[in-house]
Amino acid sequence: MSCLLETRQLSVQIGRQTACTGLDLKIAAGECWALLGRNGAGKSTLLHHLAGLRGGHAGSIRIGGQDLVALTARKRAQQAAILLQHSNRGFGASVMDTVLTGRHPHLATLAWESSSDLAIARHCIAALGLQDLAERSLETLSGGELRRVEIARLLAQQSPLSLLDEPTNHLDLAHQATCLRTLQNQCVSPERAMLLVVHDLNLAYQVCDHWLILNGDGSWQAGPRDTLCDPELLSRAYGHPISRIDSGRGPLFLAQL
Amino acid sequence: MQPIRRSLLLPLNLLLAGLSLSLALMVGSVDIPPGEVWSHVLGNDGSIHDRIIDQLRLPRALTAFAVGGLLALAGALMQVLLRNPLGDPYVLGISGGAAAAVLTSMLLALPSPWYTPAAAAGALLSTLLVFGLARSADDWRSDRLLLTGIVVAAGWSALISFVLSVSPASQLPGMLFWLMGDLADALEPGVPLLILACGLALAFVRARDLNIATQGLLQAAALGIDTRRLRLELYFLAALLTAAAVTAAGAVGFVGLVTPHLIRRLGGYDHRILLPAAALLGGSLLVLADSAARTLISPMQLPVGVLTAMIGVPVFLFLLHTQVRR
Repeated sequence: MSCLLETRQLSVQIGRQTACTGLDLKIAAGECWALLGRNGAGKSTLLHHLAGLRGGHAGSIRIGGQDLVALTARKRAQQAAILLQHSNRGFGASVMDTVLTGRHPHLATLAWESSSDLAIARHCIAALGLQDLAERSLETLSGGELRRVEIARLLAQQSPLSLLDEPTNHLDLAHQATCLRTLQNQCVSPERAMLLVVHDLNLAYQVCDHWLILNGDGSWQAGPRDTLCDPELLSRAYGHPISRIDSGRGPLFLAQL
Repeated sequence: MQPIRRSLLLPLNLLLAGLSLSLALMVGSVDIPPGEVWSHVLGNDGSIHDRIIDQLRLPRALTAFAVGGLLALAGALMQVLLRNPLGDPYVLGISGGAAAAVLTSMLLALPSPWYTPAAAAGALLSTLLVFGLARSADDWRSDRLLLTGIVVAAGWSALISFVLSVSPASQLPGMLFWLMGDLADALEPGVPLLILACGLALAFVRARDLNIATQGLLQAAALGIDTRRLRLELYFLAALLTAAAVTAAGAVGFVGLVTPHLIRRLGGYDHRILLPAAALLGGSLLVLADSAARTLISPMQLPVGVLTAMIGVPVFLFLLHTQVRR
């Protein structure tokens, strides 16, 4: 299996706070990773660095086998797609137009979207259950609907590596489940992998086979989920007691109130 | 306002441009009937009407069209740059910078050939000032940019008031021209039309990037756009377009603010349509405003900037308050 993302001795700082030091991470095709950690631990910042949106880190990042600094912005976007944490309604373009912008990295400068681009966008809109909203302006959508539009745009990008910052923001329970299922189906395959920032440990356990935990002081743990879902380790990472209850359908994680 | 089919936006605006230019050739101190305007288009017979059209109305109408197009295009680019509907060369103090530079050179009794480069330098300096001051670390935050622009505009207007108050009375009418925007002496459409055509072509190459930039610069970077280069290009292009407009007609407000909004409200969110449609509509609007300025209280002529403001203010407020709500 090919390695889609590889970091070597990656150290990321945000002001005086350290997101990670000496991070060695390898994400291979077919893997699904959860990025966990408390608020302010640097999850979003790390994701931005991995996607090439920010520079100024120590160590190296390779996407699809190529060093990030050697890639043009366009080549990078063909290899790695990122869903940003905060939604943006822009100037109120339609759902269809917005999802079509996911095709941008694949289109030449003056090219118009082809019928196959339109077909991809329609398929992604349908995958997120948005077909009835396709012509609506983003300004008229609810927060959850807008989030699904953004996920559809990310799917339309069809990059081997998908980085998602809290994809379940604003989604109700049913849509959290269906969207994560869709993402699992479309973004994890023998050629593709994804890394998602998520706060719900139970979702992280069900969806992801690998976990990367940032402890907030620069230290980190990474590996197969089953080696990391230890309540003591999680309690330390979140700075709060977390207990694990083993039910018939797998473990459940509860934060003590 | 109902969106119309986007394939209709360009033909409709092209039609409006044709109609507004024809109207501008017809009306004035001497009314020329449409038939005669058309026969003039087909062939010149050297009559007095022909000379009015050739030497006065046509150059003035074409200059008005070019200036309106330049302002609308600059406004469209600045609105993306700021991701804010208030983006406009007039609001951001760029027109003010150009006017202040010209007025100062008038006060210093520089010869008139200096006014054009002074206007261009004023516009560029003002742009540099606004974007330089608003720059924080690696990012231009759009709210900071807008606030900086408004404050810089206030600074220019103070400088303008100062120049006006110390200038000899004989110079005041000439100065007011630059201040309010006036097309009375604007009879050389060649350069502004050429700059409009080049500016439109350059911006059009970036049209799809602009569509994405409206979703935020981080999102644009995520989709593979070199946002640093895009911002620099947009901001130099917008400054150049503004400088060309101000040089030809003084500081005309509201065309740059209102026109791109109108096109968007009609369904033109795609910049591949919005940019040419806004240039056409901005041109048509300024031609119509200038025709009205020439004829409303004829034989006196109003400065066109007064009219665009009188029309632009209510139109903008209307657009703002009828925005589509869920």
